[in-house]
Amino acid sequence: MSRRRAERWLAMAPAAALFVAIALVPMIELAAMSMSRIEWRDAQAHWSFAGVTNYVRLARDDLFRAGVGNTIVFALGAVTAQMVLGFALALMTSKAIRGRVFYRTVFMLPILVPGIVIGAIWKLMYSFDFGILNQLLGALGLGPFDWLGNASTALAAVIVVDVWHWTPFVFLLLLAGLESLPQDIYEAAKVDGVTFWQELRYITLPLMLPLIVVTLVFRLLVAFKVFDEIYLLTAGGPGTATEVVSYTIYRRFFTEGQTGYGAAMSVVVLAALVVLFLAVSAATRRRGAAT
Amino acid sequence: MTGPFDRRTLLHAALATAAACVLFPFVWIAFAAFKTQIALMMGQVLFTPTLANFRELLFSISSDYLSNFVNSLVVAGGSTIIVLVASTLAGYAIERMDCPRWAVHSFLLFAAVFNAIPAITMVGAWYVMARGAGLYNTYAGLILVHATLNLPIGIWLMANFIREVPRELEEAARIDGCGTFRLLRMVIVPIVMPGLAATAILVFIHSWNEFVVALSLSARQTATVPVAIAKYAQEHETKYGEMAAGAVLSVVPALLFLLVAQRHIVRGLTAGAVK
Repeated sequence: MSRRRAERWLAMAPAAALFVAIALVPMIELAAMSMSRIEWRDAQAHWSFAGVTNYVRLARDDLFRAGVGNTIVFALGAVTAQMVLGFALALMTSKAIRGRVFYRTVFMLPILVPGIVIGAIWKLMYSFDFGILNQLLGALGLGPFDWLGNASTALAAVIVVDVWHWTPFVFLLLLAGLESLPQDIYEAAKVDGVTFWQELRYITLPLMLPLIVVTLVFRLLVAFKVFDEIYLLTAGGPGTATEVVSYTIYRRFFTEGQTGYGAAMSVVVLAALVVLFLAVSAATRRRGAAT
Repeated sequence: MTGPFDRRTLLHAALATAAACVLFPFVWIAFAAFKTQIALMMGQVLFTPTLANFRELLFSISSDYLSNFVNSLVVAGGSTIIVLVASTLAGYAIERMDCPRWAVHSFLLFAAVFNAIPAITMVGAWYVMARGAGLYNTYAGLILVHATLNLPIGIWLMANFIREVPRELEEAARIDGCGTFRLLRMVIVPIVMPGLAATAILVFIHSWNEFVVALSLSARQTATVPVAIAKYAQEHETKYGEMAAGAVLSVVPALLFLLVAQRHIVRGLTAGAVK
């Protein structure tokens, strides 16, 4: 029995060691960094205690505020569009259709390629001088528009990229959910002569709600992480039009070399997301337990 | 709009349009990769294909793309192996070794939280620590971070797959005097092989695609493919041709996986998300 107990810990050891060394310890390190002034001399970090000055600065950082605001707009805008489009497409397809393997392959493509490649693709499409978008609009006598260089369209333009990137995934998840719903309810409803909208409102949506919530939360969490596409397409610009919080962290930390300050920003974002995540998962669990 | 036939065609049309919207940008960048810089800048739709961009990318002395590709293979391969070993062991411990519930719960909760937070918030600490430990700009540093980033999803998937293994098989082996690690190797691993394959493909692709950690923890010698593509896009004057060619080559592994193992990927992706 004691041998099995030893084996149990041995089996957990590699994963636990990685989590401690590469996740937990760096989190503590981050907290320590955030209360320090760190200077780089001869490729060595020199630390001195700075108290809460980094956090005080953070409260007055306009770039950070813009980053938080844009991240929220980006995440809510993109995810709402993805959920609506993805669900609509899934509803349309759920009644068995031919060519399913082909469609599934196509719709998986965007999530399997690097975010940087997504950025590269849309950098070509959005190009002011020779992008296909401006060419097509030009043929209609419109434009050209500087999609990414204009402060009023840049954020919408990167939201469109994210919608293109992730709608297929939402579609695939929700389609799988729709296909696993019990069919007898639908047959009974048909006998009772319910309309399409009644069926959607009183049968499909309630049954799909758990999966919809899970998909929504998952997508929001990933949307808050957005970095690659912004890095490639706009670098947060023009001005602060597409400044998202992960880009602000990167900028402060790496471009400007403000190690301690960047760490303070990371701590705040990290803490906010952890609280949000725990609150949402507690809420969904309570809901699940109640029903 | 009345008969089932009309409705069918309508659905097909909508679906085909959606598929075209998804595919077109890929086709467009693939075309761009075969265009000369002039054809690109002129916005020519019809063009004579050229391999100049690929030649520049692969064989020019100013380009590191081939070594970037090797770096990506090493980093993605290395982190995939670590995740497979660590998550199979942990998954088995969670499912079958009667660990204390509090231990399993806090372990899984930590994994879930770590999976939810953006890597960028941790990158600063990783950078400072890697610098201090001499792991900056090494394969080891990048591999360890990529492995840890993918560990939560690896553990969920492997625990799920191991849960489906019939307990009777295990008990039979136990009665024959089989130890835990032998049992894992001889009984569990062969049965969950398809699951291992799905996990491996997913982790490999995640690591292959990862950008912000690779950007921050690597310099020229260990830069991965996404870092290289970003460099072409970010230089003072964007090198669109090379950028497009680099992007096309970078999706080759994902395409290969998609062609040979589409089923596995769907399984991994959906299970990972719903968790």
